[in-house]
Amino acid sequence: MKPPPFRYHDPRTVSDAVALLGSLENAKLLAGGQSLMPMLNFRFVQPDHIIDLNRVEGLSYIREDKGTLAIGAMTRQRDLEFSDVVRARWPIMHEALLQVGHRQTRNRGTIGGSLCHLDPSAELVSLATGYDATVTVAGPNGQREIPFAEFPVAYMTPSIELNELVTGVRFPQWAAKHGYAFVEFARRHGDFAITSAAALLEGDSAGKITRASVTIGGMGTAPSRAREVEQAITGQVPTKELFRGACESCRKLEAIDDVHAPASYRQHLAAVLSRRALEKAYARLTGTDLSARPH
Amino acid sequence: MGEKRKIALTVNGKRYEEEVEVRVTLADFVRHQLGLTGTHLGCEHGVCGACTILLDGRSARSCLMLAVQADGHELLTVEGIAPSPDKLHVLQQCFHEHHGLQCGFCTPGMLTTLLEFLRDNPDPTEQEVRIAISGNLCRCTGYQNIVIATLDAAKRMRAEAAAS
Repeated sequence: MKPPPFRYHDPRTVSDAVALLGSLENAKLLAGGQSLMPMLNFRFVQPDHIIDLNRVEGLSYIREDKGTLAIGAMTRQRDLEFSDVVRARWPIMHEALLQVGHRQTRNRGTIGGSLCHLDPSAELVSLATGYDATVTVAGPNGQREIPFAEFPVAYMTPSIELNELVTGVRFPQWAAKHGYAFVEFARRHGDFAITSAAALLEGDSAGKITRASVTIGGMGTAPSRAREVEQAITGQVPTKELFRGACESCRKLEAIDDVHAPASYRQHLAAVLSRRALEKAYARLTGTDLSARPH
Repeated sequence: MGEKRKIALTVNGKRYEEEVEVRVTLADFVRHQLGLTGTHLGCEHGVCGACTILLDGRSARSCLMLAVQADGHELLTVEGIAPSPDKLHVLQQCFHEHHGLQCGFCTPGMLTTLLEFLRDNPDPTEQEVRIAISGNLCRCTGYQNIVIATLDAAKRMRAEAAAS
């Protein structure tokens, strides 16, 4: 339970970090360390070099810029949790963060680390999927941007090259009045969710849904949008039956089998949690509670 | 031996300058090199919370940090919580009075976690206390007495703050 030997590098600038990535073999970037450190302790990973990003300048910020939330890769989850801007305009992020680990891990864990680790159950990865966030990556040839839909290429594998690092992520803003909910099922508070659902809704004054984003996490190799649900509810004034019926389509989504739960259970959770997320989001949007149980 | 680095940090108000192997975790450094064995190691992968310390006033799992990362920072471990060798901190006193510990293994992590929590939230609800310690495993108390002790400590700390 001790990290294997490695060489340690703590660059001060992004360009120095990129240069190190380009010149060192078998190097790993260390961000908040809440996933990499356990993996090192277990010796699941045995890098020859650790490039610590904690002393790199300019990677920790939360800025609201032209209707976009720009977040530096090394911004701690805690700082997002306590951000007034996040709470006011991206409230689903606040709700999701309260389910990310615990205070002690959020104090260290970073958004860039979460996105690059790319756990299929990770709340911030689900939000980036649901918002169609844009990831900024720095490499030897400067910066490039990756739409989040193209970010995951395989299980826990982001589409960044070995000599690139994520410097920031941008979340677009939804209407000032929008509905939102992040719900998940985990065996214990703070555990990785077995399955989660994130919902964003915009509507008109008659209660009609004009725009919807529904993301299911913990199912497949990465969180994915429940497009069938989004299409079924957009343009509708929802009823309990509409949400219930639309969310049944989540049972067809691809799901993994593992020690925590079989695929069929995850598919069941996806149908239930997406419905609950939509009910909660719609109640926040319109004040109409469609969740009343029949008995 | 692997690569070593010189680091300087403050632990419980005392300045240390030490040479440390870069792969050594902060928890092992504090325990083995500084001899502060009050910080306990349970799981060594960030689940049990026993090794929680305060880094610049914020709780962190010291098994999930490298000692070199603490260079230039300020640490508080369980040894630094009491105001003097013969006087416990109010939170410690409440743990004592309410039987908030049995074997004591989780206690250092509980105390550091709750110290930060009560500073941020001096008047918590029972539910908030339970969420605050959700990242700290205790196998003896069933948490009930820890929660009672914390709520009492919060009350006494508020009274102290109001009196001063």
